[in-house]
Amino acid sequence: MGNLLLLGAEAIARAAIDAGISGIYAYPGTPSTEITSYVQNDPEALQQGIRSNWSANEKTAYEAALGMSFVGKRAMVCMKHVGLNVAADAFINSAITGVNGGLVLVVADDPSMHSSQNEQDSRFFGKFAMIPVLEPANQQEAYDAVFHGFELSEKFQLPVMLRVTTRLSHSRSGIIRKAALHQKNLALPVDPMQFMLLPAYARKYYHQLIEIQSDLEEASEASPFNQLQINKPGSTGVLACGLAYNYLMENISEKLSDYNILKIAQYPLPRKLVEKLFKNSSKVLILEEGYPLYEELLRGFLPNEKSIPIEGRLDHVVSREGELNPDNVAMALGIKKNTTAGKEMVLTSRPPSLCQGCSHHDVFDALNAALADVENSQVFADIGCYTLGALPPYNAVNTCVDMGASITMAKGAADGGFRPAVAVIGDSTFTHSGMTGLLDAVNDGSPITLIISDNSTTAMTGGQNSSGTGKLKEICLGIGVEEAHIRMLEPLGKNHDYNMQVLREEFAYDGVSVIIAQRECIQTQLRRKKTEKKDEPLVRNCKH
Amino acid sequence: MKKDIILAGVGGQGILSIAAVIDYAALSLGYNVKQAEVHGMSQRGGAVQSHLRISSTRIYSDLIPLMGADLIISVEPLESLRYLPYLQPEGWVFTSRDCFKNISNYPDEDELFQQISQLPNKIAVDAEKLAREAGSVKASNMVMLGVAAPFLGIEIENLKLAIESIFTDKGQKIIDINLRSFDAGLACSREI
Ligand SMILES: Cc1ncc(C[n+]2csc(CCOP(=O)(O)OP(=O)(O)O)c2C)c(N)n1
Ligand code: SF4
Repeated sequence: MGNLLLLGAEAIARAAIDAGISGIYAYPGTPSTEITSYVQNDPEALQQGIRSNWSANEKTAYEAALGMSFVGKRAMVCMKHVGLNVAADAFINSAITGVNGGLVLVVADDPSMHSSQNEQDSRFFGKFAMIPVLEPANQQEAYDAVFHGFELSEKFQLPVMLRVTTRLSHSRSGIIRKAALHQKNLALPVDPMQFMLLPAYARKYYHQLIEIQSDLEEASEASPFNQLQINKPGSTGVLACGLAYNYLMENISEKLSDYNILKIAQYPLPRKLVEKLFKNSSKVLILEEGYPLYEELLRGFLPNEKSIPIEGRLDHVVSREGELNPDNVAMALGIKKNTTAGKEMVLTSRPPSLCQGCSHHDVFDALNAALADVENSQVFADIGCYTLGALPPYNAVNTCVDMGASITMAKGAADGGFRPAVAVIGDSTFTHSGMTGLLDAVNDGSPITLIISDNSTTAMTGGQNSSGTGKLKEICLGIGVEEAHIRMLEPLGKNHDYNMQVLREEFAYDGVSVIIAQRECIQTQLRRKKTEKKDEPLVRNCKH
Repeated sequence: MKKDIILAGVGGQGILSIAAVIDYAALSLGYNVKQAEVHGMSQRGGAVQSHLRISSTRIYSDLIPLMGADLIISVEPLESLRYLPYLQPEGWVFTSRDCFKNISNYPDEDELFQQISQLPNKIAVDAEKLAREAGSVKASNMVMLGVAAPFLGIEIENLKLAIESIFTDKGQKIIDINLRSFDAGLACSREI
């Protein structure tokens, strides 16, 4: 097989197809999106009937993947780090049930928060669930880790986490493929009660999960993904997790001989290898791309006089926040570097902004005008392109916490007596996590005005299909919003006065109103027209 | 052979196509390639950059260290200055002179070009004008690739073959526009 130039995310997708998955389940989220979109567009995947449509959210995705594993097939589920918060219930419990067909969960973390609300480290979740975690250092290793992950998953009957970060996911490198495997046949779990977490069963399975931990550690000791190099007994040791290994090698590959290196790409942490590193080193620098998870563990809570010195993020030898890079690792190693201090200029920053002609723009214009006379107005917003409404020139929205929180926070504020309680949410975010909150508001009769800025796509992450397209009004009716207070608008400059008027009327209404402001995202529209013109076979996932 | 290149521009300006051409040519010559891109939030009209590394030996880091880059290729003048801390003291900056003003506080143009002219090694060209003459302003990214071409350590012929391959789906007309744009850029740097 030739050398393919693939993004880390694409290498994972390629490997999943080659490893014989029957389905991939995901909700978009940077930097994980490209894994699923690669499968959606791959001719081989199409030909093999690998299912790949977007799910409504990460929890539904995870559970569907678990269902596919239940019937004996290999399944992959992908999400960004905060997506795992949403899928956590399914994820943690699936470690207790275990799996049948191989199940690999890919979580893409975003240290430095390039496109995220936080930089949480998913390895915590992996440790919490007590399952194997793979953290490849480069694109080829990511490809290989998918095969290894499915093997581990089937061997131990556990879900396996593949943890990547933005840099790996969004960086290209040459990939050498392995021979492709066939999809698995249908095969139900041998134990008919395996997936039955009634307490009596759950206690038994949890006990088994604890018992198997030593085997998982053994697997890590023997894993080709973990490598110990004692180059000079008594010198400095470095424990480099995942991507950190690259930055280490970038700095020392020429004078390698001085450092003892333990490269880690499979957890649980291999105790014997760590012991050997510590025994042979005068001090150990711990490099983790993320939180100082293992550094904290290795330092222990109380000072340990017997231990050799440990350096890392906790003593600020490496910055406590943000991603690693060749420069902060060089500084941590004490390698002298010419800094560019003084040479740096202060440049006008160029933050992201809404595209010209974006429908959210007209929504914010109408909203700002409708609230112009309201003192101390607050607008609870959500996550998507429309979050940019928080910045000038709009300054239109005040919150962005987690997907769906606009509706429920507005409800809480309304319950506390705040008027008008206005929420702004995108269509994809609404179907991801907004519908249940709206049901709460309806059941409580909380006076909120919900604006669904419906651009009929998941724009922020690149324009994936949105699961509620064309169904939003019916969904709101079904949830119990009164038809008279479901108002449809077209966000266009020429409708500004009318739109503003409708908003004012609904702000004044003492109950639940939903305003659906529908106009397609212009980027999605452009792409759609291009594909339609080309008359290419459409790889679209509308379920009509 | 080892080249570390920073590509700079604004979301949507086509810096990834420049990267794709260089990647293709480098791979066809058997070099190792690593190319870190920006996806997500900043693609909405924000500043974007790509770290592109080519080497005949193994490349570890996806990111170029500070003061490590041989070249900066930018399709926008303000953006050409943003990554200067990454440039080696003797490194080159290639930039278009076409200001993309999607921010209200865009710096004064004269001051901006003054700063660029003070760089020791630089070539600034009217990329959009040259691309328009070649058939389409959209190909100004290929003008910039042409300007940088003699400094990439890759034969011009290999770069042209790469352009043909990258744009092959778009038809001969688009290939020709991109090749003409590339040549126009190349002529600019040969003049110097
Ligand atoms: C739990 C979780 N999953 C995924 C994301 C990534 N994400 C941020 S915004 C967004 C899309 C929102 O789409 P929509 O609400 O339709 O707004 P649009 O961007 O189209 O304006 C996604 C998927 C996230 N921040 N949190
Ligand atoms: S991508 Fe679509 S939704 Fe996002 S800013 Fe552009 S037009 Fe608006």
